[in-house]
Amino acid sequence: MQKILLAALVLALVVGCKSTDTQQAAPVEEGAGTTAAPGAGGASTSGVGTGGVSGQPGGSGAMSPLRDPRNILSKRIVYFDYDSFVVKDEYRAMVEAHARYLQANRSAHVTLQGHTDERGSREYNIALGQKRADAVKQLMLVLGATQAQIETVSFGKEKPRSEGHDEGAWAQNRRVEIIYVGE
Amino acid sequence: MPVIRFLLPIIAWMLLAVTPARAQLTIEIIGGAGTTIPISIVPFENESSWPLGMTGIVGADLTRSGLFKLIDYAGITPRPSRADEVKTGDFRARGADAVVVGSMRAVADGRVEVRFALVDAVKNAQLASMTYTVPPAQFRATAHKIADVIYEALTGDPGVFSTRIAYIAKQGSRYQLFVAEADGYNPQSIVTSNESMLSPSFSPDGTRIAYVSLESKKPVIYVQSLETGQRRVLANFHGSNSAPAWSPDSRRLAVTLTKDGGSQLFLINADGSGAQRLLSSQGIDTEANFTPDGKSILFTSDRGGTPQVYRLNLGSNSVERLTYEGSYNVSPRATPDGKGFVFVRREGSSFQIAIQDFATRQVQVLTSGPRDESPSVSPNSKMILYAAEQGGRGILAAVSSDGRVKQRLVSPATDVREPAWGPLPR
Repeated sequence: MQKILLAALVLALVVGCKSTDTQQAAPVEEGAGTTAAPGAGGASTSGVGTGGVSGQPGGSGAMSPLRDPRNILSKRIVYFDYDSFVVKDEYRAMVEAHARYLQANRSAHVTLQGHTDERGSREYNIALGQKRADAVKQLMLVLGATQAQIETVSFGKEKPRSEGHDEGAWAQNRRVEIIYVGE
Repeated sequence: MPVIRFLLPIIAWMLLAVTPARAQLTIEIIGGAGTTIPISIVPFENESSWPLGMTGIVGADLTRSGLFKLIDYAGITPRPSRADEVKTGDFRARGADAVVVGSMRAVADGRVEVRFALVDAVKNAQLASMTYTVPPAQFRATAHKIADVIYEALTGDPGVFSTRIAYIAKQGSRYQLFVAEADGYNPQSIVTSNESMLSPSFSPDGTRIAYVSLESKKPVIYVQSLETGQRRVLANFHGSNSAPAWSPDSRRLAVTLTKDGGSQLFLINADGSGAQRLLSSQGIDTEANFTPDGKSILFTSDRGGTPQVYRLNLGSNSVERLTYEGSYNVSPRATPDGKGFVFVRREGSSFQIAIQDFATRQVQVLTSGPRDESPSVSPNSKMILYAAEQGGRGILAAVSSDGRVKQRLVSPATDVREPAWGPLPR
């Protein structure tokens, strides 16, 4: 009986190790055919992680204004009304502050990441999120940022801030996030 | 419910005999066609010498199409295994219009000879017969081929049981792109990512799959070989890159790029070279889809104020609006028979799958929502696979293009979405 238990334990350990191994060895992709192919370009998922941002803030060693919670530059999300691409007045000061920062720091770059709520086609939502990101970009360009400093991209409905299925959740998800490159 | 009675043992067998793969789909039939072809499938001679029940798979395939009803063969002795042994009167008496018989025999190097014949019990004539010599690993594929032959002989349309499907499964924060057999079996993960993926699309030649991945924090389009698993970036331009759609010759793709501002349609070679802009519009143009003749592209645009389906004629470069009813008509997919397209429409707060005829412009709503999206049409134009929601979880569902047959493809504890139906095998 003990032998059987021991064998079962060993087996469990082996199985446990094995599954851990495979998870670590091939997190990115594997072929439908036979061989596990490493991600061409290497970028794929490796090194991207789950979105927990680490790394150094741009600028000097002193507290970056981008990180200072008392500074308006630490605010990064513009929310939108349903079916709307208009940057509401309440976000103008924040967008303007970022535009001025980009004007004063020509080496700084931002990605404006557009998002939508969960309703409707995934691909059409990619386009809607893009339109929101483009609206924020237009405002930033007027206020002093340059084309070369801004990339607008869209996640559509793929990355909600709130997983709920009501207007409260949807309002959280219709947004543009301002992300400083290298931050 | 003879269908259910037949399926229960099969489902039980699936649960017991098959190693549960992650994101394995189980197909449930919800509604059937009005008229079905009564068919009796007699277990093949010597079939029980091998673990996989060949005729069970053939019967499950045919039943799933919603166009067939299985007729019990019990009591007919001796069981026929060749066409000339079928006493059609016995089967007619049980209500069968068609009879399938066959045999299996071990031959050299572990391979097995599988013979089958399809008999018209009404006309007392053989309709089809085939012999396959295959290793046991090919049994499922062989069963699907037999079902394809029977389906085509009795309905006049090619069967799609040998095709593959792709879909995205989400478990926690992990996304996987799976390719499986059309009945949900043998799901193989071909990409795993911590960020969302969408819009998988098989190349019409069946060798590659295009998809959009957000793994580099923006939408980038990849094309991956199904044989080797190797992939390359198709489009990673400044901005967003999305909505890949293959041309019928598998040489080019229509894509949505924002590199020149706004979401606009481009054509790009399958190796990622030669991106050229197709149209210029002020608003959104996206969700391109080639018509089967390759001469035009259906797409979604908000140029008229609301998202609607348009058609671009590639010869004349003229654009024509196709949908007029309602304020939200998106995701057009041309049916392979060239007659029309399926799309997603919004009715109130409900999103439904509908089909529109090119010639008559008539729209038929096929599903009731509330969250139906991402339709993909089978290569014989008979079924539409789409994503739906059930109990707060994404599932796949299918509906026949006449709206009568309905299926659900359920995968336990996984969110499944973005289905794509692959081409007929070559």
